[in-house]
Amino acid sequence: MHGLVNRSFQLFLRDTYGLALWADVAADCGISADGFEAMLLYDRSLIEQVLASASARLSKPQRALLEDYGAYLITFEPVRRLLRFGGIDYPDFLESLDELPGRARMAVDDLILPEIELRPGAAGHVALILKDGWSGFGPALAGVLRRMADDYGALALIDVSDDGATVQVNMLEERFAVGREFRLAGAVA
Amino acid sequence: MMDGTLPETVFGLTGEVLTGLMPMAVVLSQSGHIRLAGPTLIRLGGDAPLVGRRFLEVLEPVRPRDIRTIADLAPLMGKRLMFQMRNHAATPLRGHVLPLDGGMGGGSGFGQGLIVNLSFGINVAEVVRDHALTHADFAPTDLTVELLYLNEAKAAVTEEMKALTRRLQDAHQLAAAQALTDPLTGLGNRRAFDEALMRAIAGANRGVPFALMHLDLDRFKAVNDTLGHGAGDQVIARVASVIRSEMRIGDMVARIGGDEFVIILSGEHLPDSILRLGARIIQQVEQPIPCSTGVARISVSIGVCLSRQPESRDAEAMIAVADAALYESKRDGRGRCMISTAG
Repeated sequence: MHGLVNRSFQLFLRDTYGLALWADVAADCGISADGFEAMLLYDRSLIEQVLASASARLSKPQRALLEDYGAYLITFEPVRRLLRFGGIDYPDFLESLDELPGRARMAVDDLILPEIELRPGAAGHVALILKDGWSGFGPALAGVLRRMADDYGALALIDVSDDGATVQVNMLEERFAVGREFRLAGAVA
Repeated sequence: MMDGTLPETVFGLTGEVLTGLMPMAVVLSQSGHIRLAGPTLIRLGGDAPLVGRRFLEVLEPVRPRDIRTIADLAPLMGKRLMFQMRNHAATPLRGHVLPLDGGMGGGSGFGQGLIVNLSFGINVAEVVRDHALTHADFAPTDLTVELLYLNEAKAAVTEEMKALTRRLQDAHQLAAAQALTDPLTGLGNRRAFDEALMRAIAGANRGVPFALMHLDLDRFKAVNDTLGHGAGDQVIARVASVIRSEMRIGDMVARIGGDEFVIILSGEHLPDSILRLGARIIQQVEQPIPCSTGVARISVSIGVCLSRQPESRDAEAMIAVADAALYESKRDGRGRCMISTAG
């Protein structure tokens, strides 16, 4: 598992539930409270242990934690911006999601996300099928998509299958609210 | 926002299709006047109409610079050219010129005119920011937006790498400091002493003398045996502070064993002044030391080797000479400071 995932999940726990909770989880998992480095690679079992420990300590289902984690990721402006490059509006963004793993690798060449297959359904409806990869990605992606809908100002219902491999997006309104600003070259160089 | 379309189609493509495929293209007449301009180029031109104006009035050739008339473009067909918008000099653009009749021939006969396609140069991010371009200003096949994406991704990753490097550097410095420090006294440890002695010997070879003092506590084992190891630690800490208080800047003190200390005194020292220093240390160490479990009474024996001696080019030899002097002090009844006269 890429350290970016481990590290951001650590920050999510710390920022959402406090340093003490993270310290307990780290101790459960036999890792130092300093935790993970974003640019190193870790065995997948580690993130699974962290998730299991946090879930048990917070009495919160793993899936719910992962969805919150996905939403948390968008609070990082660089992450939000990089995702906004995917499309001019929410439907455009959704249609570009099969490029997401490629975009991730373009940014960080050893960041491997599961392949995503797009299956458009009735109007405004699309199913995202995640192939291989860690089952935690599905719920995390759902959290990302929910927050990105807000970012684009769209109204969408998002659901994850029990196995975490399918994310259903039902876009009710493309322009529900005023989205957040995004300029292609907005960041100051 | 189309600036007008060609009255006729170009090889079956309407102007709208053509500039949809290439939103920064311009079609020029034989005389070099703009007949059609893509919507993104119009935005770069400040939304002023471009049709009817002369191409070279709108765009300034940068490379090659000596394009004065439209005929000068003839030998440049198919080559990579550089232009910039005359209304906005900070907009470097790549250009690609081809004749509309498909002929690549030279001369000034462009038949039906020219098509010039333009794209952003390497400063794409600034141009896109300055003109507030969006996804919609680029053809779906254009990877310019991905270039901007990569640019930001690279910046984010670089920032993360820098943070990692900073953390590793801090950890490294801490580890390096810890590796050279005796945790009980805060003095240097054996490794720190070895390094300092090497430096001192190198200095001596360049003419900066020094003295090496080897200190070994007397009756320390009895403190540990009767008052316990906690008291032993307190005694060691007390001795360390006595020695430290006698040092000057440039001197080095290390604890190199349970009850062994070394001092490197830099600079020229007369034997008398070293003996007086040794006596002061002994006198203070011999003061009763109150500990949590009782009062410890110890002394210290000292052996000294001066770098003026022949052995001074070799660390081990110097230590051996100081050891021999220390042994002399012990044999002489302890609580003494002796300077080796060997050599």
